[in-house]
Amino acid sequence: MASLPGWRTLPPGAVILEPGSSVRYKTADWRTLRPVIDQEKCVRCRICWTYCPEPAILELEKPYTAKSGRTYRVTYEIDYDYCKGCGICAEECPVKAITMVEEVR
Amino acid sequence: MSSFTIASIPREELLAPGHRMCQGCGAAIVMRHLLKALGKDVIIAHATGCVEVTTSLYPETAWRVPWIHVAFENAAAVASGIEAAVKAMKRKGLLSKEKRVKAVAIGGDGGTYDIGLQALSGMLERGHDVLYVLYDNEAYMNTGIQRSGGTPLYAWTTTTPVGKLWRGEWRRKKDIIGIVRAHGVSYAAAVNFAYITDFYAKVKKAAEIEGPAFIHAYSPCVPGWRHEPHLTVKIAKLAVQTGTWVNYEIERGTFRVTTPVPKRLPVEEYLRLQGRFAHLTKEEVDTVQRMVDEDVEYINRLAGTVVIGPVERKS
Repeated sequence: MASLPGWRTLPPGAVILEPGSSVRYKTADWRTLRPVIDQEKCVRCRICWTYCPEPAILELEKPYTAKSGRTYRVTYEIDYDYCKGCGICAEECPVKAITMVEEVR
Repeated sequence: MSSFTIASIPREELLAPGHRMCQGCGAAIVMRHLLKALGKDVIIAHATGCVEVTTSLYPETAWRVPWIHVAFENAAAVASGIEAAVKAMKRKGLLSKEKRVKAVAIGGDGGTYDIGLQALSGMLERGHDVLYVLYDNEAYMNTGIQRSGGTPLYAWTTTTPVGKLWRGEWRRKKDIIGIVRAHGVSYAAAVNFAYITDFYAKVKKAAEIEGPAFIHAYSPCVPGWRHEPHLTVKIAKLAVQTGTWVNYEIERGTFRVTTPVPKRLPVEEYLRLQGRFAHLTKEEVDTVQRMVDEDVEYINRLAGTVVIGPVERKS
């Protein structure tokens, strides 16, 4: 906080010019429970991704082959920078592939 | 129905993470999917409320679409102005005539049921091509859980406390879609994100229709409803399964229930997950059940057939 921008440098009307700039603010420290996805159990149904309020579940084009031999095109990963640990994903997961574990920092 | 499935939801996020909506916030889920359904060619006028303050903390914003914060009461009026400005720009050749830019107004229940009702009524009356989205968390949550016209019977709020004389809210929730319907709008619908494909179908239809359209979105609130954050979606689903919330649409005067519930669950299952109803006695739960029964009867009468069935109790 060396120098705050003054009225001369701010855009008129204090308009925010950068869309989605809230990504600079990490909400990870709100979390007391951390969701962990078991990639073996996950069936890629997209429900956790759909109901994440942040969004803090990433849908990645990252192929994954389970031990059963089944290959999935996408992988779901938690974005721990933004996850607030609400636990909706673990509650809604139909195959119980997500567990909430205590956050240790 | 359209063949929209959960797999057809676009991957691109138009609401950025890092916003300060609560853990497990229902309104955050509403906004995320609303933007996905609308796409990028929108200009939003957002009334004061939870979502407004938590997504636009200066100098940052969570929105990836043009977005204007307006006062509590005039989201509908500003959206009307946006629509008129887009029209004028097209007339002057500043914007291609084929380009479709949708003006969208978003308000909470306080900004719609109470404070913004006059502006909303004006917008509907003038027939602007605007989509108005009400996210209903059933009280003024942002300022500290004060009751609004959207607060249901017996709900605890800080201005309808529970004690010897008061048992929480003693008035019934206003029928906002009924009020909107009375203006003769082309499209009005109630949506619940627990039924996500229905949510998308309705938002897309509302955005495509010329003229004013209204979306009433169910939006659970963790601190205000006093429920566990992980139960947000479960509560939303129970609201429909108990008949407390009915997913329906009114398209050019034709009423249609989009999520039929052949067998309802007792309303108690919905109430007991929420701390705002924790004080309810057996008699009061029965009163709520009777009220829901009446509402369901009204819906069935509008539909002309039994779409929401009787309560089935697990013995």
